[in-house]
Amino acid sequence: MQGLEVRGLSKHFGGLVVSENIDFDLPAGARKALIGPNGAGKSTFANLITGILRPSAGTIRFDGQDIGSLKEAQRVQMGIAKTFQITTLFPQLTVRENLRLPILERQGLGRRLFMRADSNRSVEAEVSALVDQFALGSLADRPVLDLAYGQQRLVEMALSLALKPKVLILDEPAAGVPSSETHLIIDAIERLPDDLAVLVIEHDMDLVFRIARSIVVLVQGRILTEGTPQEIATNAKVRELYLGGSHG
Amino acid sequence: MNLLLNIAVDGIAYGMILFMIAVGLSVTMGLMRVVNLAHGGFALMGGAIAHWLIEKGGLPFVGAAALAVLGTVAIAMPLERVIYRKIYGFGELQQVLATIGLTFLIIATIDFWLGSSLLGIPLPETLQRSVDLGFRQLTAHRMTVIVVGCLVILGLWALLERTRFGILLRAAVDNRDTASALGINTGHIYMATFALGAGLAALGGILGAELLPIDAYYPLRYMVLFLIVVAIGGLGSILGSFIAALAIGLVETAARYVLPDMATIITYTLVILFLATRPQGIMGRAS
Amino acid sequence: MKLRSYSVAGVMLFAALAAFFLFPYNLAFLTRIFIMIILVLSLDLVLGYAGIATLGQAAMYGAGAYAAGLFAIHVWADPFAGLVVGAVAGAALAAVSGVVLMRTTGLTLIMLTIAVAQIGAEIANRMREITGGADGLRGIRPSKILGIWDFDFIGVTGYWYACAVAAFVFGLLSVIGRSPFGLSLRGVHESPERMEAIGVSVFQRRLIAYVMGGGIAGIAGALSAQITQLVSLETFSFTLSAEALIMLILGGTGRLYGAALGTVVFMTVHHLAAANDPFNWLFVIGGLVLTVVFALPSGLVALPTSLKRLSKGDRHARS
Repeated sequence: MQGLEVRGLSKHFGGLVVSENIDFDLPAGARKALIGPNGAGKSTFANLITGILRPSAGTIRFDGQDIGSLKEAQRVQMGIAKTFQITTLFPQLTVRENLRLPILERQGLGRRLFMRADSNRSVEAEVSALVDQFALGSLADRPVLDLAYGQQRLVEMALSLALKPKVLILDEPAAGVPSSETHLIIDAIERLPDDLAVLVIEHDMDLVFRIARSIVVLVQGRILTEGTPQEIATNAKVRELYLGGSHG
Repeated sequence: MNLLLNIAVDGIAYGMILFMIAVGLSVTMGLMRVVNLAHGGFALMGGAIAHWLIEKGGLPFVGAAALAVLGTVAIAMPLERVIYRKIYGFGELQQVLATIGLTFLIIATIDFWLGSSLLGIPLPETLQRSVDLGFRQLTAHRMTVIVVGCLVILGLWALLERTRFGILLRAAVDNRDTASALGINTGHIYMATFALGAGLAALGGILGAELLPIDAYYPLRYMVLFLIVVAIGGLGSILGSFIAALAIGLVETAARYVLPDMATIITYTLVILFLATRPQGIMGRAS
Repeated sequence: MKLRSYSVAGVMLFAALAAFFLFPYNLAFLTRIFIMIILVLSLDLVLGYAGIATLGQAAMYGAGAYAAGLFAIHVWADPFAGLVVGAVAGAALAAVSGVVLMRTTGLTLIMLTIAVAQIGAEIANRMREITGGADGLRGIRPSKILGIWDFDFIGVTGYWYACAVAAFVFGLLSVIGRSPFGLSLRGVHESPERMEAIGVSVFQRRLIAYVMGGGIAGIAGALSAQITQLVSLETFSFTLSAEALIMLILGGTGRLYGAALGTVVFMTVHHLAAANDPFNWLFVIGGLVLTVVFALPSGLVALPTSLKRLSKGDRHARS
């Protein structure tokens, strides 16, 4: 199968179970959201997929290949990318330079000494395409630290997309973004390539319901249910979790 | 056998000196997250003041040493307030530069005051005598160093575990932000800790003058030695510094007995290899 | 951009020419500035670009100086061959020590870089029969440059030779600084976590930068061995590493002309203030360093920007 296929994935920290027996599919072109209260194990799940953490049990397959033992960098090269929950950019570099870095590396030019970094046509074309896609044109030559936080989140997404991933995990893309700028994030997600498999981990239900075609609810490390936004919105257990209990 | 005993006694004495000088450095670095290259300057101050009090003032050794330690503390406290407090929030490199600058100023000041030659601290008669331990003769000085070193670690342990100050200090080392959020006056803790560390360094400098001779360039010459103790022990760990200081004291002393030409090279190479495999040190937490 | 880098190069070459005619009796000192510029440039690559905090750049400088000196005495006295030997020695020491050092950061890294330089000094001191120990390595007599120019007593040849080597290193680093590799070093400096997430081995990039910086520091050492015809244990000294760092910070990191500017200013102040009493010099340098840290954290090259921002009332002057 094309895309991610997770079976029986579990993660224990000592006696603490943070992921238990998770089955999860993310085919090419998917738009899924992962929701759940704080401490449900959402970030752990993302880190298991990107290779920052090692699973205690279970398999992770990508395009049919078992990737459970690969390192983070190897999974990046295969096409699994994740944005950071807390913006992790190169603050003194301009937007263009931020985007140029991953593209140069992906094209194997990162260790060239005797060419100008901005002289490769295909790299520059990709940089410009990303700048346009995320509507960063007027800011492209400003250092990232001069940008507003919502704009930095866009650069964060563009940077991950520059790796030409097949799977993109967006870890709380709207966290810390003022609500007046949330639409920027939603627009950007809606403009992502059609064949890209996207998994959004998010608290903001508005955002989740606008972009996800399928929602997975995680509670205490287990999948509670999975369904369309319609199904999730009317699911009694989920309503109880979100409306009755403490707000996550 | 005799060789091993010699190495053990000299190595432990040397290690105790290193511990006394470096422990304050470790705690301040762990607590304030400041890279402090000027710490050896406090050992130098202690030694220089003791030298001056004995040679020029004619004071007895113990009195001179006590006054020198107090004098160093009295200098360290305003320094903490004027210079260190300002650089806590700086980047690593800025801290390195500022403390190098401070080191140069300390060296220049001591030279201006007492010159650049060796500043001897003559031991009193009683400390020069030999003590017969049955298996070997030992100078009273070595004995004193070892005993004082043990007292210092016991005292620090009691201070940390048995006093309110210790509780606050440990809280601040573990989590500075939480500590200040809880209303703990971290500023006072910093200054007290800094002053205590400087005082211990002065004590170590005075007692260790036979092993690490005092002159104006002292802080530069032994900078790496003190930093090694901190890095091997793990930032902020008193027990770690103690173990590291003893280990380094023993290794270097052993190397000096067996392969005198290679002692420094062997010690440093071992240190580098150790830190390559365990960068956070003996008691440090992996970051 | 291009115009600006040409004009920077033009200004520096003009300054070299002007200094030659204005201070004909200080050629030895001026030559020493060129050598230090090369050392500080190497530090700018390692620290300014790649963000590797080191206080032991003198280790590679010393290795280059001893290697070039010994090579000239025992093998071949050709100056350019000596530079190559110095570069290789500096790069080799950086590679061997870097394999361990580049795995560490922060205090441990700073301390280990100092330790490596001290080990170098200790080895040079102990191997007296080969290195001359504390007396220094003597008897280095470099042959004519390109078989044409002999090193003269006044130091005219030495001056232009050092100037040419410094210009070459400056040009080389300018090219590297703008290359993809240079950009990746800035990336490693600013956000190593992100570089790993991009799929880059930060350790490997840092090691390459450290080795390249080591090679350049080795060239500086070799040059000093050839021009002073003497190599002393001082080449490994902590003070040299620290002074190089101060010059770099004084000028401003990450911009090569900052390294050159900082070196010229620092060396000139040193020349005027120190000369006879090294301890008075320590007062000056100590005060200078504290001034830079507290008042000029981004170095002299940022001075115009800082002043401009200050006059505009911009509070973000400190980055």
